[in-house]
This record gives sequence, C-alpha cells and structure tokens, in this order.
Amino acid sequence: MHRFANPARFAQLAAAATPWGVALTALLFVAGLALALFASPPDYQQGETVRIMYVHVPAAWMAMFVYVVVAAGSASALVWRHPLGDVIARAASPIGACFTLMALLTGSLWGKPIWGTWWVWDARLTSVLVLFFLYLGHIALLHAFDEPSRGARAAAILALAGIVNLPIIKFSVDWWNTLHQPASISRLERPAIDPSILAPLLVMAGAYFAYFVTLLMVRVRTELASAKLRAFRAALAAQG
Amino acid sequence: MSGILRFLEMGGHGGFVWGAYAAVALVLLVLGLISWLDLKRSEGELKRMEARLPGRSRPVGARNRA
Amino acid sequence: MTAFLALLRRDLRLALRQGSDAALVIVFFVLAAVLYPFAIGPEPGLLERIAGGVVWVTALLAALLSLERLFLADYQDGALDLLALAPEPAPLLILAKVAAHWLTTALPLMAAAPVVALMLGAPATSIAPLMAALALGTPSLSLIGAIGAALTLGARRGGVLVPLLVLPLYIPVLIFGAAAVEAGMSGAELYPPLAILAALLLAALPLAPLAAAAGLRNALR
Repeated sequence: MHRFANPARFAQLAAAATPWGVALTALLFVAGLALALFASPPDYQQGETVRIMYVHVPAAWMAMFVYVVVAAGSASALVWRHPLGDVIARAASPIGACFTLMALLTGSLWGKPIWGTWWVWDARLTSVLVLFFLYLGHIALLHAFDEPSRGARAAAILALAGIVNLPIIKFSVDWWNTLHQPASISRLERPAIDPSILAPLLVMAGAYFAYFVTLLMVRVRTELASAKLRAFRAALAAQG
Repeated sequence: MSGILRFLEMGGHGGFVWGAYAAVALVLLVLGLISWLDLKRSEGELKRMEARLPGRSRPVGARNRA
Repeated sequence: MTAFLALLRRDLRLALRQGSDAALVIVFFVLAAVLYPFAIGPEPGLLERIAGGVVWVTALLAALLSLERLFLADYQDGALDLLALAPEPAPLLILAKVAAHWLTTALPLMAAAPVVALMLGAPATSIAPLMAALALGTPSLSLIGAIGAALTLGARRGGVLVPLLVLPLYIPVLIFGAAAVEAGMSGAELYPPLAILAALLLAALPLAPLAAAAGLRNALR
C-alpha cells in the first residue's frame, strides 16, 4: 500500500496503465452491448424495454460503489493521513455523480413505458436520487473554499457522515415506500434471474467498472499535476 | 431490411430503449472527454512550468521519494 | 459540566437578547405552511391529508434558516478560537451550542406547530403524536444541522450550501416524523416511528458533535 503512497510514482503507474484501461473498457462495452442488445431475449412481461435494465442496474451499482470509494479515500485521508486519499475522493466524486445521473435518467426511461409516468417513486430509484444530492453536496463543498486543502478536509468529513447515513437513508426510504404502497405496486421489477439476463448485466457492470478505474486514473493524474502546479506557483510567488 | 427495422423499433419502445442507451453513451463520453482535456491541459501547463525553472526537478517543499 | 452549562447559559442569553431569531423562525414557519392552501386549494379533505407532511417539511426548512448562525458569529469575532483552546472537549462545547439553538428555535416551533396543524385541518387525535415526534425529531435536526454549519464555516457562499448538505441527511427524520403523525391520524401503531426517531436521536447525540468538531478544526486551521 505504501508503494502507492508516493504521488509521483502513482502518477507514473497510472499513466502507463491508462491505455490498457481504455482498451479493456472498450472491449467490455462491445461485449456488453452485444449481449444486451443482440444476444439476449426480450422479457416475457416487459418486452424489449428490459434491455434498459442492462444499463440502469449496473449504473445504480456503480453509483453506490463509487460513493464507498469516496468515503474510503476520505477516511484514509482523515484518519491515516494517506496522501492520495483526498486526491482519490476528489477525482472519484464526479464520476460517481455521473453514474447516479445515468441511473436516474435510465430509470425514468425504464419506468415510462411500464408505468406511464416519467418518474416512479420506488425505493431504489428514490435512494439513488438522495445519493445524487449527497454527491452534489460533496462536490460543492470541495470547491467552496479558497484553499483546496480546506475544501478537501470538509468534504472528507461530509463523505464520512454520508456513508454512515446511507444505510439509514436506504432503510428509511424502504420503510417509506412500503408504508405508502399505492394500490398498483409501482416498482421497477427485475425479471426473474435467468442466465441469459445475468450475462449482459455482469458484463455491462464490468464495463462500467473498467471505465471507472480508467477514468479515475486519468482524473487522479490531473489532480496530482494541478497540485504540483499550485506548489510551483506558490514557490514562484515566494521567490518574489 | 425489415429485420433491422424491427430491431430498431424494439417492440414499439424504441424511443425509450435507444434513448436510454444514448443517454448513457452521452454521459460517459462527455465525462471522459472533459477529464481527458483537463489532463492534457494541466500536464501541458506543468511541462511549461518545469521548463521555466531549469535545474529544479521539483518545487520546494514537495514530498521527497519515500 | 460547568463549562457546558456556562456556554449554554451564555448562548441562551445572547439569543434572548436578540429575540428576533426565534420570532423570524416562527413567522417563516407559519407563513410557509399557510402558502399550501393558496397553492392547492382550501378543500378540507385534501389539506387534512397533507397536514402532517406540510408541518414537518416547513419545520425542517425553518430550522435550516437559523443554522448558519450557530457558529458564524463566534467564528467571526474570534470567540470560536477561544472556545477551541478550552480544556473541555470540543464535542461537548458543541453540544452546549446545539442545545441552546434547539431551545431557542425548536421550542418556539413546537409551540406554533399545533396551531398550524389545526389550521390545515389535522384532526385533534394527531396533535399529540405530532408533538411527540417533533420533541424527538427536532433535536436530531439541530444536531445534524450543526454538522452542516460547521463544515461550511469559512466557505464562500456557505449559507447557500448548508441546505444542500443538510437536507438529504434530514430525510430519515422527516420520513419517520411524518409517519408518526400519519399513525396518529389513521390510528396505526405509534410506537415504531417514534422508537426509530428516538434511535436516530441516540445515534446523532454522540456522532454529530464529533463530525462538527472536526469541521470546526478545519475552519480554524
């Protein structure tokens, strides 16, 4: 772990790994799309719209996963003063917010043909909506201070408060949803688990994951370069 | 030809299915592009900065190799 | 303990001297709640259905109004730096400030809540559950709000940021608080939502001051 603690070494490794990441991501997307759009059958009940599930469900998974990454980075920065913790949190957060946005958009498009409305207040989609606001708050806080390190620390505390709250929020939203269950059950039902469904789902999830790791490396490199630039500018200013 | 048309129509829900895939593609590509451009810009600035300060491999106060 | 009480007394005195704070919160609360009939029509059945929710949401927003001032005045005039130097643990001192905030904003809110609820047509059976839920929920709102106030100290446009940070964290309290009022209206079991509100408060009591203290340390660095 400590080998990666050196930002310069990390940046070098990331730069070397990026092309491989891009290639792997592209490969997985091609495979995933082929499975999702061609090689899997339409659902008995939902017809072709079930194909939206293959881009929606993995996006929701990644939205949650990336928030855990942000919280882990924040914890390592706050508790162990790991030099890359803040960098990873700052770099990952916008990616997570985008996955959340994708989950919301595709969720809406999935719900409309099935339920006739552009938004369904089902437990999962509502939790994702709250998660979206948690991401926005995190990103806003990162940029709210003149001194980047202050923003990083405040955002880190917020991320930890958020990750502690997330199970509570999920539990509350689930409870709220069952309490207010309308007469016709409005839930984005997943069709019964079938191997022909599992394959595209997992491959798309893999594609999203590869995308995340690759883009994270790119964004971390940017953060490290920006930090170096700031240090240079500060040194120049100090020189006179 | 009709096979392709049927595929594009997605059982009448073509707008939704392709809309969803298009939304995903758009978000992923825009985010990727912005991140890539940001990287090129800051690495470019860094190179120019390092060229302006010859004989100094890293700024004062930066972390030394562990 | 004496430091806790001293800080509590001092904050209360300051707040009471500036009575306008509590008054502003109450006026906003009543005014915002009164807007709903204008928006959706005065039909009694409809208003009664949403009365509990409206009271809770407007109480939440009213609580937000006063949060920024929790630490701001002390931060700006340097009193916060002095408090940070005190031997008492920062979370304890924060608890004192939060208690003062709760006493001066939530209590007046709770006094106005039955009036607002009745104006919106809530049945009399729902008032007691409403008060119990507010009593258990508003301290959590003050505690969670303190985290937002502490984290945005020294930020540009900090005041605008506090709602964005705090409202998502408020949602569990809102869900169970409103559910308690619903239960009161429909005759369902009151215990589950109230018990959960109590559990949320018990969790917030130790954790929120810790997070807020970390935020204050960050602001004072």
